Amino acid sequence: MKRILTTLAVVAAALGGLAASAHADTLDTVKQRGQLICGSNTGLPGFGIPDDKGNWTGLDVDFCRAVAVAIFNDPTKVKFVPLNAKDRFTALQAGEVDVLARNGTWTLTRESTLALLFAGPNYYDGQGFLVRKKLNVSSALELNGASICVQQGTTTELNLADYFRAHNMKFEPVVFTEMTEVIKAYDSGRCDALTDDSSGLAAYRLKMTNPDEHVLLPEIISKEPLAPAVRQGDDKWFNIIRWVGYAMIQAEEFGITSQNVDDMMKSDNPDIKRFLGLDGDLGKSLGLNNDWAYQIVKKVGNYGEVFEKNLGDGTPLKLKRGLNQLWTKGGLQYAPPLR
Amino acid sequence: MSQHISDERPRVSPLNNPRVRSYAFQAAVILALGFVGYEIVENTRQHMAEHNMVGGFDFLSRRAGFKISQALIAYSEDSSYGRAYVTGLLNTLLVAGLGIPLATMLGFMVGIARLSKNYVVSQLATIYVEAIRNTPLLLQLFFWYFAIINFLPNPRQSHAILGAFFTQRGLFLPAPVYGDGANFVGAALLIAIGATVAFRLWAGKRQRETGAQYPKNVVTLALLVVLPGLAYFAAGQPISLDYPQLKGFNLAGGMTILPELLALLAGLVIYTGSYIAEIVRAGILAIPKGQTEASFALGLRPQTAMKLVIIPQALRVIIPPLISQFLNLTKNSTLAVAIGYPDLTSVWAGTALNQTGQALETILMTMLTYLAVSLLTSMVMNWYNSRKRLVER
Repeated sequence: MKRILTTLAVVAAALGGLAASAHADTLDTVKQRGQLICGSNTGLPGFGIPDDKGNWTGLDVDFCRAVAVAIFNDPTKVKFVPLNAKDRFTALQAGEVDVLARNGTWTLTRESTLALLFAGPNYYDGQGFLVRKKLNVSSALELNGASICVQQGTTTELNLADYFRAHNMKFEPVVFTEMTEVIKAYDSGRCDALTDDSSGLAAYRLKMTNPDEHVLLPEIISKEPLAPAVRQGDDKWFNIIRWVGYAMIQAEEFGITSQNVDDMMKSDNPDIKRFLGLDGDLGKSLGLNNDWAYQIVKKVGNYGEVFEKNLGDGTPLKLKRGLNQLWTKGGLQYAPPLR
Repeated sequence: MSQHISDERPRVSPLNNPRVRSYAFQAAVILALGFVGYEIVENTRQHMAEHNMVGGFDFLSRRAGFKISQALIAYSEDSSYGRAYVTGLLNTLLVAGLGIPLATMLGFMVGIARLSKNYVVSQLATIYVEAIRNTPLLLQLFFWYFAIINFLPNPRQSHAILGAFFTQRGLFLPAPVYGDGANFVGAALLIAIGATVAFRLWAGKRQRETGAQYPKNVVTLALLVVLPGLAYFAAGQPISLDYPQLKGFNLAGGMTILPELLALLAGLVIYTGSYIAEIVRAGILAIPKGQTEASFALGLRPQTAMKLVIIPQALRVIIPPLISQFLNLTKNSTLAVAIGYPDLTSVWAGTALNQTGQALETILMTMLTYLAVSLLTSMVMNWYNSRKRLVER
């Protein structure tokens, strides 16, 4: 139903040239509206999930808050729209959301045929398998003939078919639109394995009736750079989204945290002074306030802080930094120079 | 004289001429609709061009790359999107093709049971109709699906009943394997069916003319069993059964009926059956009681009276609303997407839409397909209805 609605919305938005004016300058539209509309997950612990009071938390959620801070100086000026995997890109194309920060994988065709642009990945992930311990399977290569639960309309669905074909194995896909159905079907025994991004599997394992009965297989069968996405055709807006992400990474590299950012204002380092808006006009050149990066770090935190808060050891997920460590520490998170 | 009158006809301005007016209004409406249609198409095209979105149907021949759990035709990840579409469509037609006859049978049984003089039977039928008709179909589907999965054993722990396994992964049945000479048995079966039809036509005609009855059912059964049976043994038992066996994670061999299909069929048949039951009951009640009394007076037993007098007349009331129930069943099968059955909506307006991103094209194709299927169904049923209509004299 939602899909049909969004499709209708594409048509409706197209009618009367509404689309043209609304999309031409997303920043102006967002400013006039007074809040950012952020496409979010329907409920993925650690990335985007509302609690029982309706407060959203997660890595993707904090990214949107950082964008809201950059524009409005206020992390609460975001409206989160939960979208399932199947509807997310249509919703973005139709202009229902300004930015999609919803653990979506950056791929070539999503940019070439869906007309989207992906900013820098905020989480480097890969596809894995969750199985029951009592199956006595220690490798994905032993899954020949298995039934596998997977969410519809994801890169995961395609990788799964490719992986089994490449290894000359058979499988039976059991496909659902909603992740909750996928999890429920796996948990009740319909499938031998559940496949998704491994960060997601770590979160879903906790939702099972007995989390300890399930184990992640060691294989990572794909590259899943999860990145925020925007529509093509508004380069100014794309710049903001992309550099908000880089600013959070750069802050961690500088060692600027939400705790010490005020002390850092006294720093003599010209890079840091430029970053915090004391020198030059990085923020203004993006169409933002010059202290945008200062405010992001102050009100949301740097990348490392946000990672630890949502995914790290203090959370039930206990995910390691791994690929998401800074490049200076052997990871892939690297911000181009902010100058 | 007539010439004279026509000369006298008062001249009316074209503005007030009802015919001119009506044409003008109709033309205006068509123009307006055409303009709106043109605007929708043109603006969509413009919007897509502005946003570098790719349109068109070229993707139909591209490699699909995803797997479908149930395919009635040969389909693999290497097949094209076009073939994925056909696979999804056939899965939808399978559900409709199985669901419509089953729901009709169930509906007729329950509808007649509701009118039964037996208190328990009629009350049970009433409870069924009221409980099923008044709860949402989607919830019923969830119920059936998760009930099947949760209450049936894992394939590894399941036991065979007559060579069949009922498991969480579906129903595994022995599949026939055709050897040399199986064609011979098939031909014998076709001949037997032909002979049966011919016999029944002849017996019916004879009964109408002379009133003499033949034991039709016994002869039919004999023809259908004996002839292919003889052929089977004469050809040296060419058909064997392939039994499913536990292999790795799952049962292998035989035929598999997915639990998704079982749950969807159960849900749709039981739901639609409750509506059909009410239609059947209404149809029967619409026949005046005098018809029943007259049949009894002629010496017909209640069952025969129902079959020969009441139902044929009731059909005229039943068929038109029945058509819309058939259409509903087909359209409701789109809820398959919620329980993971790969129907047209799930495969095409779900996976294919998302993997290609061509929402307009895929949704349009899906809607036109359902429209075509529905129109075809009602065409067939309307033809049947026109045959059953009361011939007025």
